[in-house]
Amino acid sequence: MIDEQQLTAIVSKMLNAATAQPGVTAVAVGGSLDSGLSATVRLGEVETIEFNRDKSLGITVYKGQCKGSVSITDLNSEAIDAAIKAACRIADYTEPDPYSGLADKELLAKNIPDLKLYHPAAITAEQALDYAKQCESAALNYDKRITNSEGGSFNTHEQYYVYGNSDGFLAAYPSSRYSASCSVIGQVGDSMQRDYDYAVARDVNDLLDLTQIGTNAAAKTIARLGARKIATCKAPVLLEPKMAASFWHTLLAAISGGNLYRKSSFLLDCLHKNILPKFINIKEYPHLPKGLSSAPFDHEGVATQEKNIITDGVLSTYLLSSYSARRLGLQTTGNAGGAHNCTLTPGTMDQAQLIKQMHTGLIVTELLGSGVNLVTGDYSQGAAGFWVENGTLQYPVEEITIAGNLRDMYANLVAVGNDLDHRYSVITGSVLLEAMTIAGN
Amino acid sequence: MVPLIMSNNIELARKVLLEPAGLHDAELEKILSSILGHAVDSADLYFQGSRSESWTLEDGIIQDASYSVDHGVGVRALSGEKTGFAYSDDIVLPALEQAASAARTIALAGSNSQLKAWNNKLITPHNLYLPDNPLNSLLDADKIALLHSINHEARRIDPRINQVIVSLSGSHNVVLVVASDGTFAADVRPMVRLNVSVVAEHNGRRERASYGGGGRLDYTMFSKADLGLSYAREAVRQALVNLDAIAAPAGNMPVVLGAGWPGIILHEAVGHGLEGDFNRKKSSAFSGRMGERVASTQCTVVDDGTIPGRRGSLNVDDEGVPTQCTTLIENGILKNYMQDKLNARLMNTKSTGNGRRESYAHVPMPRMTNTYMLAGKYDPAEIISSVERGLYAVSFSGGQVDITSGKFVFSASEAYLIENGKITRPVKGATLIGSGPEVMTKVSMVGNNLQLDTGVGVCGKEGQSVPVGVGQPTILVDEITVGGTEHNA
Repeated sequence: MIDEQQLTAIVSKMLNAATAQPGVTAVAVGGSLDSGLSATVRLGEVETIEFNRDKSLGITVYKGQCKGSVSITDLNSEAIDAAIKAACRIADYTEPDPYSGLADKELLAKNIPDLKLYHPAAITAEQALDYAKQCESAALNYDKRITNSEGGSFNTHEQYYVYGNSDGFLAAYPSSRYSASCSVIGQVGDSMQRDYDYAVARDVNDLLDLTQIGTNAAAKTIARLGARKIATCKAPVLLEPKMAASFWHTLLAAISGGNLYRKSSFLLDCLHKNILPKFINIKEYPHLPKGLSSAPFDHEGVATQEKNIITDGVLSTYLLSSYSARRLGLQTTGNAGGAHNCTLTPGTMDQAQLIKQMHTGLIVTELLGSGVNLVTGDYSQGAAGFWVENGTLQYPVEEITIAGNLRDMYANLVAVGNDLDHRYSVITGSVLLEAMTIAGN
Repeated sequence: MVPLIMSNNIELARKVLLEPAGLHDAELEKILSSILGHAVDSADLYFQGSRSESWTLEDGIIQDASYSVDHGVGVRALSGEKTGFAYSDDIVLPALEQAASAARTIALAGSNSQLKAWNNKLITPHNLYLPDNPLNSLLDADKIALLHSINHEARRIDPRINQVIVSLSGSHNVVLVVASDGTFAADVRPMVRLNVSVVAEHNGRRERASYGGGGRLDYTMFSKADLGLSYAREAVRQALVNLDAIAAPAGNMPVVLGAGWPGIILHEAVGHGLEGDFNRKKSSAFSGRMGERVASTQCTVVDDGTIPGRRGSLNVDDEGVPTQCTTLIENGILKNYMQDKLNARLMNTKSTGNGRRESYAHVPMPRMTNTYMLAGKYDPAEIISSVERGLYAVSFSGGQVDITSGKFVFSASEAYLIENGKITRPVKGATLIGSGPEVMTKVSMVGNNLQLDTGVGVCGKEGQSVPVGVGQPTILVDEITVGGTEHNA
């Protein structure tokens, strides 16, 4: 078992040892220590306790423009030496890539801000089981149509992450994450429906009221009972925040460097172009204290910073790493490894008002499948939700699809709500889309 | 007398996993006994040593290559329906003792079980793959040459192809399962995979396609009968077809599914719904339906872990139970669920050898192996010509299922309109959605051309990925919802 100081020392030693190998011109090493536990209960009884403890280390070695990478979980000195040798050997076989190499030194993070990501709580298995029970029992007691349960669960996770490279960068920071969830099953006649709810936070004290999670899970499940299939039609679609987050996530993927230089994006050559209505603004906040996707530096050590992604409907930036930036003739945006706390500027209406505005259409509460083609923007997903007429919910709907093309869906987007949900990879309110094809009977 | 293959595997596993830490049967017995002594019904230890590599060729150069080594031991204590689990990525006695003492905290009440002797009875009749490390099956220079030849082929076929990514990966896993119920089993598992992804561009329109394959063999498989080159040809063909694709129709219609990989419909429509844990908990749309009709009389679906060399195959599952061919649905009647030890015990039946886990750091649960539908009597051409207006789908990107409501989806990546019994225009990928129990009753024609997929399936469940296989003959589903954009009101 090693601790944080030892991991940082190992990373530092590995950088020195690898840099000293013949032909090696640059090295990067990243490592992490992870620990936590996972407790689940089902129908009020203990179901599982899992104790998690992992360590891992990855090294990338550059011999000029050739690179090799190795990852290990055994951190004794023989394993480390073997990893360095193996990485060097791989770099003898890969071929020179003029765009490869460490990030530009001047762009590396100089200050490592404390983003308040670490809130240790020493939660025991008994406490975790108790929290899980609280979630689930609120759900089970909500309505007699809740007849079964997939369980309540409570998870803790602590991580210590270190990254260093041969340009002198060496930084580390701890973080924590706590989550509680509950999934229950409702039944009416022969048909069953299930739904769930959850909460997640860096600090266990910020977790939503645990019983509320259970109540939400049960309410959502009950709301799905009696779902029917509707006839094929074209109608407006309202995506609840969780669905809206995945909708925006495809935008982030389409503007990510990897997809751009591979010409595998439907937003190629859209930089500084108008792709969304004027009222859409999306900004990235990597330094949000306690933010779920906050990071003081990206996966290459490059300093992260707040920036506009969409400004008044115009695409203001791509999301790039050093490699993809070089391929595109641009500079890294500090997004090696992804985007951080992308947030929509909230609209003026809440969800109820958006539903009234929609008047007739489909509210989507669940999306199934991976039917998004990032190369073309073609979009076809399984869905479930509610049918709306005259601004009021009529009945739950299932076994349908919604389809369209993302370019059109962006351009014709009607509104974003002010019901921001902070749990997801993109923080957004509900999104009202103009007519999409709904396939059903 | 333990069969030779298994005893060789056990020897290799001891050498690689136990001896470096000085662990012998005596220490393992002590650990298991220490867990059992705490009112735990049963316990097991899962040791694993793993090596894997991947090589990627992009833009004509071997751009990236990586290698990884991992080993560890998972300790599991079972008490009634409860599981206590801990693991260590250090296979040394103190770490093992610590994991054991964590795992056994699960038991607050239970029987005091006895450790069953590890006797040398027949462990597994299977010898489905060689124990050799596939990473050594080609010299690195030859791996590179293979990638280059495939890249060259992809670019040679058609000038409209402007992006080619070829990736080769392989892994070697040595596992040893030691349990209080007398299980003492080892398996040595190879795996290889080759994938080709291309982007085609013409007149301002771009489309992408991907094709590949592999199995529990070694890298030389890709040079036999130009298999690797054929992946390149297939990826290019599909990308070019998609360049001409028109908008897909929307609504219910008959759909003919091609043979092989479209068998993903079975994995989603019935596979997950027939896993033992969901049925034990009665959360599946198939719960309590044993012996009932859940599909048309033409459907016989099996889960078979015993096919030599297949991606989804295993000599023994990850609880040390020999795999088998389990008939899930026979002529439309529900016959069996897929079980691991825990759920089998709770449902008063036996494990079907479907207890699988992603690694030593994950708990086992019922998972599929190779899931396919047996061949029927129809000629595939006859099936297509029987459809007046519908869809013919031959390739898919993936699928998903809600096992409680039974609703499942799978997304087409190559599909065509059928008009008056003939395949006409290619259409853009659409997601198909249906209800598992219902859709299977609408399979009205099953072809005589059973095919298994090429060895690319990855199944995800509760955060754990395992390699799987799927397959089927060409089949006709009388009605399923196609999620296109073209709707004629």
